[in-house]
Amino acid sequence: MSQDTKTEAKKYPTPQGNPESQPFWDAAKDGKFMIKRCKACGEAHYFPRSICPLCFSDDTVWEESAGEGEIYTFSLMRKSATGPYAIGWVTLKEGPSLQTNFVDCDLKALKIGQKVKVVFKPTDGAPLPFFTPV
Amino acid sequence: MSIKGKAYIAGIYEHPTRHAPDKSLAQLHAEVAKGALDDAGLTHADVDGYFCAGDSPGLWSMVDYMGLKPRHVDSTETGGCSYIIHLGHAAQAIAAGKCSVALITLAGKPRTSVMPPRGFGAEMDFELAYGATTHNAYAMCAMRHMHDYGTTSEQLAWIKVAASHHAQYNEHAMLRDVVTVEDVLNSPMISDPLHRMDCCVVSDGGGALIVTTAEIAKSLKKPLVRLIGHGEAMKGPRGGKDLELTYSAGVWSGPRAFEEAGITPKDIKYASIYDSFTITVLMQLEDIGFCKKGEGGKFVADGNLISGVGKLPFNTDGGGLCSNHPVNRGGMTKILEAVRQLRGEAHPKVQVPNCDLAIAHGTGGLLGVRHAASTAILERV
Repeated sequence: MSQDTKTEAKKYPTPQGNPESQPFWDAAKDGKFMIKRCKACGEAHYFPRSICPLCFSDDTVWEESAGEGEIYTFSLMRKSATGPYAIGWVTLKEGPSLQTNFVDCDLKALKIGQKVKVVFKPTDGAPLPFFTPV
Repeated sequence: MSIKGKAYIAGIYEHPTRHAPDKSLAQLHAEVAKGALDDAGLTHADVDGYFCAGDSPGLWSMVDYMGLKPRHVDSTETGGCSYIIHLGHAAQAIAAGKCSVALITLAGKPRTSVMPPRGFGAEMDFELAYGATTHNAYAMCAMRHMHDYGTTSEQLAWIKVAASHHAQYNEHAMLRDVVTVEDVLNSPMISDPLHRMDCCVVSDGGGALIVTTAEIAKSLKKPLVRLIGHGEAMKGPRGGKDLELTYSAGVWSGPRAFEEAGITPKDIKYASIYDSFTITVLMQLEDIGFCKKGEGGKFVADGNLISGVGKLPFNTDGGGLCSNHPVNRGGMTKILEAVRQLRGEAHPKVQVPNCDLAIAHGTGGLLGVRHAASTAILERV
């Protein structure tokens, strides 16, 4: 579990935000993990855009995600300036997949298909979403 | 309208350096340009089209530095496959009469100076923190490919083994020792499941191409090599709904190029396949149709990519895995070795007999995140 300590100690970049994404970061401050859903085609997507990347409708709305999903793929980066880390893609229950790091866990025990849930980690601004095994 | 047979590669040059602390970036670009013009038998005054990508000091700067007077320019930037895309765009410009002698350059010094950080767009806040690098982004593809298709590290290792068999004959190659599957598996794990020997080298250097009309090419002394098919495509997660990391944009660029050329993968005698990592080669071979999806592991095993041994000789210069990978961009060197094969100028130990049809294919960007692909099919006339 020595990787955990290093992951915890890591300083993450502060999200810059912009007018389009600000509601996401505001919600993150309240511990809510938001995705976008398109009312025209019904599909959810991530990262959030004002115009749906699937049907190009501008009728998109914010939706709180359950923050649950499973590991689509991952890789354990054995060395870096801030120690080992596990990067991967998670497929959310709502459908879209997103890039993330896996934290608060034994990085060597990760598996494709494993159930994970969102956890927020602090930055100097809004917190950032990460995932950890359920 | 098609670009089939409209453009000829009349000049090629690969910088012999693999470490250039004593040269400037602009100087390297100019040296490879001069090398390719000399190879073609043309001068810089003949150049009326110039193509460069993100590795150059800039289009304005290089045009002025080299004293060019182009009437057509293109700075399409798609990472390592930029130069394969440039080749297609040069052919389009030549076919449309927009230029007649196109120069394409690549050069840089990642061994000597730190590379600038990767650029981000709208995705920055949602991805920057997670530390996607080339190593782990390609490793994530390999991990999923193994999961879905049972691809093994041993099979991936065969790609490096084949490259090393070729590199032993390349006097400029950085790594000339022949390696075994065991050597690859015993090299340190970098980003699971990729070992150090699954990764390409980091090298300074560069290369250049001269693309021209049939009329000009026929007036020169080099064997005639022309572009008969070209494709380009891009792929990304599209809102997280198209995340399928076991295939690349090569599934689109490859068929487009073969359709234009009017041939099939079975007709290809030699293949230059971008080898940033072993998994890059395996996935691209599947994607552009040399074998079925999921069967790349079987296809590359047991020396099938070794010239004179297997069915599909690949990267006979040693490729990025062993020879060089200037500016961390492998597209240019892929075209150069394909042209050498078609001209009969490859090393005799790796030269493919009667090589009349070759492919140069590559990707750029991060295969596991968002990327471009381009395919060029070349013919000796």
